[in-house]
Amino acid sequence: MQQGEVRLATDGGRAMSPTVPVDSPFAVQEMTVSYGEKPVVFNVDFTAPPESMVAIVGPNGAGKSSLLKAALGIVPSISGRVTVFGEPLATARRRIAYVPQRASVDWDFPTRVIDVVLMGMYRELGLLKLVRRPHRERAMACLARVGMADFADRQIGQLSGGQQQRVFLARALAQGADLYLLDEPFAGVDAATEKAIIDVLKSLKAERKTVIAVHHDLATVADYFDHLLLINVRKIADGPVATTFTAQNLQATYGGRLATAHIDQLQLASG
Amino acid sequence: MESGFSQALLAALTLQAGYNSALVAIGAGLLGAAAGAGGTFLFLRKRALVSDAVAHATLPGIGIAFIVMVMMGGDGRSLPGLLIGSALSATLGLLLVEWIARRTRLPEDAAIGAVLSVFFGFGIVLLTVIQTMSSGRQAGLESFLLGSTAGMLYSDAITIAVGGALSVGLVVLLRRPMTMVSFDPEWAAASGVNVRGVDLAIMGLVMAVTVIGLKIVGLILIVALLIIPPVTARFWTERTERVVWIAGALGGLAGYLGAALSASAPDLPTGPIIVLVSFTLFVASLLLAPVRGVAAALWRHRRFQLDVHRRQGLLALARGEPIFDRLTLKVLLREGLLRPDRVATPDGAARAAKVLRDEKRWDVARAVYRDETISGRYDGLTSIEAVLTRDEIADLDRRLGPPVPVASSEGAA
Repeated sequence: MQQGEVRLATDGGRAMSPTVPVDSPFAVQEMTVSYGEKPVVFNVDFTAPPESMVAIVGPNGAGKSSLLKAALGIVPSISGRVTVFGEPLATARRRIAYVPQRASVDWDFPTRVIDVVLMGMYRELGLLKLVRRPHRERAMACLARVGMADFADRQIGQLSGGQQQRVFLARALAQGADLYLLDEPFAGVDAATEKAIIDVLKSLKAERKTVIAVHHDLATVADYFDHLLLINVRKIADGPVATTFTAQNLQATYGGRLATAHIDQLQLASG
Repeated sequence: MESGFSQALLAALTLQAGYNSALVAIGAGLLGAAAGAGGTFLFLRKRALVSDAVAHATLPGIGIAFIVMVMMGGDGRSLPGLLIGSALSATLGLLLVEWIARRTRLPEDAAIGAVLSVFFGFGIVLLTVIQTMSSGRQAGLESFLLGSTAGMLYSDAITIAVGGALSVGLVVLLRRPMTMVSFDPEWAAASGVNVRGVDLAIMGLVMAVTVIGLKIVGLILIVALLIIPPVTARFWTERTERVVWIAGALGGLAGYLGAALSASAPDLPTGPIIVLVSFTLFVASLLLAPVRGVAAALWRHRRFQLDVHRRQGLLALARGEPIFDRLTLKVLLREGLLRPDRVATPDGAARAAKVLRDEKRWDVARAVYRDETISGRYDGLTSIEAVLTRDEIADLDRRLGPPVPVASSEGAA
């Protein structure tokens, strides 16, 4: 393992420099989240490099989703600072698009696929400006990008899980953001959807956007992402996948929950 | 008697049944429309019951406002004063529900139950106390429980009209944030929408409608006007904005029609009649709505069942297996695919051969197209031509060889 490039946070991350990283699209400092008195995220510092594809990886209940939600102000944090493109969250929201977990909404809601994507434009439409043809065309283009253009007029409940996930991604695309935060985008989707989603995410990176995703499938980390944040309540390690995705770090993250046999099958960094 | 009633109803519907009836009908129509539109996001946000707590929490405010106005030497029954009092105590009740749900481990429904009953009980105590007070023309305060239209004034109708128009205006203004919060609150929060503020706006709408509806419908039944129209509208559309408009129209219709009905016969209470009319519209929609209605669902299910039996029957014919299932036999006989002596008709034989052929094609297709987006669309009922192109089917046929004919009545004869 190349120790020079991997920052091991052995004391909860306090050793990190407290200065605000101006060039980073997404940085959290001393983030602590707690439901009741038990912290689910404890004192996590993380700085995403510009134009990167970051996987947030850790076992169930490790606080991956909570970290994202607290960083976006969806759930309250006990402490912590969030900096997006060098600005505080409040002024940088327009540059962020969030893709929540599919299970978080009621799919019997009276809305069609195209309406969900148009919701991504409500921020720029404001309260009263009418939805016009250019907006609809842009929404259709976003749907086409995730391969869902044929489903524009369907009620959202008629879609399969994978199709629903793609519609959520299309809504995020319609927001026209520079930073994409995704919560388990590949959870419970079919192979075709996984391919469609990763193609879009890679094209976003090619457009110099930054993508950060909570990810649970260790087998695809090295194929899909170039940067890694390993957490289990505390930060275990972060850095480029090439140097951070090691058996040692995974063992530290998952403890006994990850069988050694499983680790052996992974496409790991040489360590 | 019968014609007397219908004449009276016609008169009421055309606003010819007297000044008071006309005022009530117009007021109830406006109230119904405002309640239907204003209640839509309450329903979509799945917080219908909170409105019940808000409505019951108006009662102590009415009592306190009355006492305060009497002590200040005024008319205790001044409507604006009572409405302000009711709005204040409803706000207190709402904030209490929010606070309990947010700050304690109690779930929201427990908070609703507690606040609703305590406020209502306190209000009843106040009304009893007021009854024993010597001054202030206290008679009639209890009419706010179930509404009363007997003494409706022009100014009351104006209050309802203005309040209703403001409510509808607020719905139009905030429809986008309210849609975002109702559909996906987490994403709305991440996009910078003030979710708590939008929730309070939804509740503010509910409160406004409740307060202006106290006079006609009363605080116990106002929930029905807020919830039944959106639920009814949901049967007819899959689009949020249309739910709002349809709910407003249905609510207005129910209010107007209910008021006219209650004016057409002596001793029919207006509020409850409006609720019953609204409920009738709901039942009609539940049964008859084209896609989501019960009749449509039953019909779809029956058609699906017949499709399954037809296909199984044809497959059995093609394979020369006997058919025992009664429904299968009935379908095949009725559609002229089978003769009464259980031999396939020429038509039946042709279709049986096709079904068997398609089944074999799918077997090959599953092996050829490992991609589940194609093979996953096999359900045994959709014809293969609807899924695969002509060239793809021709390719499958090349691999399969020539089709096998099925014996029919002509062949047997």
